[in-house]
Amino acid sequence: MKNTVILGALTIAGLSAGAAAAGTLDDVKARGKLNCGVTTGLVGFAAPNASGEWEGFDVAVCRAVAAAVLGDSNAVEFVPTTGKTRFTALASGEIDMLARNTTWTFSRDVDLKFEFTGVNYYDGQGFMVPKELGVSSAKELDGATVCIQTGTTTELNLADFFRSNNISYEPVPIETNAEAQQQYLAGACDVYTTDASGLAATRATFESPDAHTLLPEIISKEPLGPLVRHGDHAWGDVVRWTLNALISAEELGVTSANIGEMAAGTTNPEINRLLGSEGTLGEMLGLSADWGKNAIAAGGNYGEVFADNIGEATPIGLARGLNAQWTKGGLLYSPPFR
Amino acid sequence: MSDKQNNSIAFVATSVIPESPPPARDTGAYKWVRENLFSSIPNSILTLAALALLYSLLSNTLPWMLNGIWTTSSLAECREILQGESGACFSVLTERWNQLLYGFKYPTDQYWRPNLALVLLLIAMAPVLFFDLPRKLLAFTVVYPFLAFWLIWGGTIMVPIVALIGFAVAAVVFQNLGKGSFAAGFFGAIVAALVVWKVGGMLIPEGASESAMLSPVPSRDLGGFMLNMMLGVTCVSLSVPLGIALALGRQSSMPLIKWICVVFIEFVRGVPLITLLFVASVMLSYFFPPDATVDLFLRVVIMITLFSAAYIAEVIRGGLAALPKGQYEAADSLGLDYPQAMRLIILPQALKISIPGIVNVAVGLFKDTTLVSVISMFDMVGMIRGPILASTEWNGVYWELLGFAAALFFVVCYGISQYSQWLERRLATGHR
Repeated sequence: MKNTVILGALTIAGLSAGAAAAGTLDDVKARGKLNCGVTTGLVGFAAPNASGEWEGFDVAVCRAVAAAVLGDSNAVEFVPTTGKTRFTALASGEIDMLARNTTWTFSRDVDLKFEFTGVNYYDGQGFMVPKELGVSSAKELDGATVCIQTGTTTELNLADFFRSNNISYEPVPIETNAEAQQQYLAGACDVYTTDASGLAATRATFESPDAHTLLPEIISKEPLGPLVRHGDHAWGDVVRWTLNALISAEELGVTSANIGEMAAGTTNPEINRLLGSEGTLGEMLGLSADWGKNAIAAGGNYGEVFADNIGEATPIGLARGLNAQWTKGGLLYSPPFR
Repeated sequence: MSDKQNNSIAFVATSVIPESPPPARDTGAYKWVRENLFSSIPNSILTLAALALLYSLLSNTLPWMLNGIWTTSSLAECREILQGESGACFSVLTERWNQLLYGFKYPTDQYWRPNLALVLLLIAMAPVLFFDLPRKLLAFTVVYPFLAFWLIWGGTIMVPIVALIGFAVAAVVFQNLGKGSFAAGFFGAIVAALVVWKVGGMLIPEGASESAMLSPVPSRDLGGFMLNMMLGVTCVSLSVPLGIALALGRQSSMPLIKWICVVFIEFVRGVPLITLLFVASVMLSYFFPPDATVDLFLRVVIMITLFSAAYIAEVIRGGLAALPKGQYEAADSLGLDYPQAMRLIILPQALKISIPGIVNVAVGLFKDTTLVSVISMFDMVGMIRGPILASTEWNGVYWELLGFAAALFFVVCYGISQYSQWLERRLATGHR
């Protein structure tokens, strides 16, 4: 492609590739690669490591979908997007799916014409303050200066929270989490607010994490999940059920360690259907019979992905909380594979 | 000496008094200090204040830098070693050195390619920058862009060769047709080049890039300071000729050309660079079908080039306006036609006047290349803000990384400005 452009045949290329309206699933299969939009870098969720490979919690979703569709968890082209470019990248077809800790909201789903395919992390907006400020509740923050990332739902939640509690604040707009950290530590703002997971990750990197405290109030619901374009339901189903496969796998006790053994057939019919040794679920999705097995083998089930990237053993150290299985008091609840 | 004259004159010096050294307070370092630092009371106060400021700056930064740690593999380890003492964690630079310079996706075993391209760049620039060098070296400068393209992007060598042939054919056509009429030569050259590229493109076998000597690297994989350098060099070298053309076009007596140039310059100058970059990265992908988008690097190069060309055009217009009308009339009276007059009389003087302005734009442009980080390209600042600060090992290292970026940019920009001062001295012909 690039060659023709360099050679100046720009318009010709534009005309010849006009009919790209086949389903995204077919496009991905034909291309042999999944174009997955991720963030340009968020601790634990998506970042390239020292050898340049992307890793993280959102990245694992991309890899699982690639494994389900193409049978290869490395057949992913990661397209880094910023908070401002993510939706246009998806809408214009530059990426096939977006897994960029994006909050599922009404207007994004309905007005921006996207389809959220589930929730891979239940988050909520919290506040972090230095302990020496002596604040124990967000309602005592009257007149505080607040560091807030622009262009996000957190900005709007913050305004709502302060207005409904009839207290005032002064926003300090910032662009990235990294900038926020520095501003907060330098004392440019009294409070830093963003998703609670982000606050925990940020606090973990401080020189003295104990000098800062997270306030108890969680002022918003931030269900983060992968999304695709409206209207392409076959593709939406693939992404949705890949995510559900990871969640169900944890519930059913399928792990990356025992998946080889279980795929040969078990006494539990649902596991058999999930892993493709029974039934025709893969065929219905337009995928191979072992799609679920591939997706789970890519990075393990939901619990393993969580533990590897953001769990308590990692520097970020997030507890499962709301993101535990429904059987353990959390909100993760995958519809049955039947 | 005789005693006879002692009576007639009371005293006369008969020999030169030997030179004695000036008083201690009027010599050497003491004098310099007294005259420059403590010449008056306000000056003394300022000197002392400046010294105090310097001391407080150095006493804070020097221990931090000298205590720096270069060998750990994460920020946490740095802090463990420092035990609360002040000290920099330069290990991030050593561990992510390659990522800072080349981005995180350029194949590790291919780093010699951009390195070689950089060395060749210096050779190719030399005859342009230092015109005392033999003119024959310019031949290499002409070939260099194609060579550098092949080195950095890899793939089949046929692509740059076909592109080079296209330009060569265009030049030949222009030489022949351009003698009769400029327009015929100009458009003939464009058509000839397009034909060569089209035919050449068909001749390149499908999949030639995969089996090529240098493995192909897509533009998305470029990054780090390499990307800043590539954008800076490409855009500056493209925008200077374009800027000259726009400046001349703006002064043209042909209304169509004049108004196209005026509208273009005023439009581009009236829009922030960052919006142009957003248009390049976001809006253009709406206009092209999903699989046929123009290469992102090319889109960005076009936008930055257009942007700086508009500024350079205005700088050069200032140079043109500074020339006395007599220069134009002199050219006319010699019987020179328009291209000759411009090439031989007007532009050499106008460009000489414009050098500081052009260099100013070039330095600004080079620094503006870091703006591409907002459209999620991983240039040096993008690498720092994104992947490096988002890794669990290095989250929280700011001064070291951004200070390093600042130092690298300073070196390049200071070099550019020193060159321009040398150029001004070299070209000074004594109009004072």
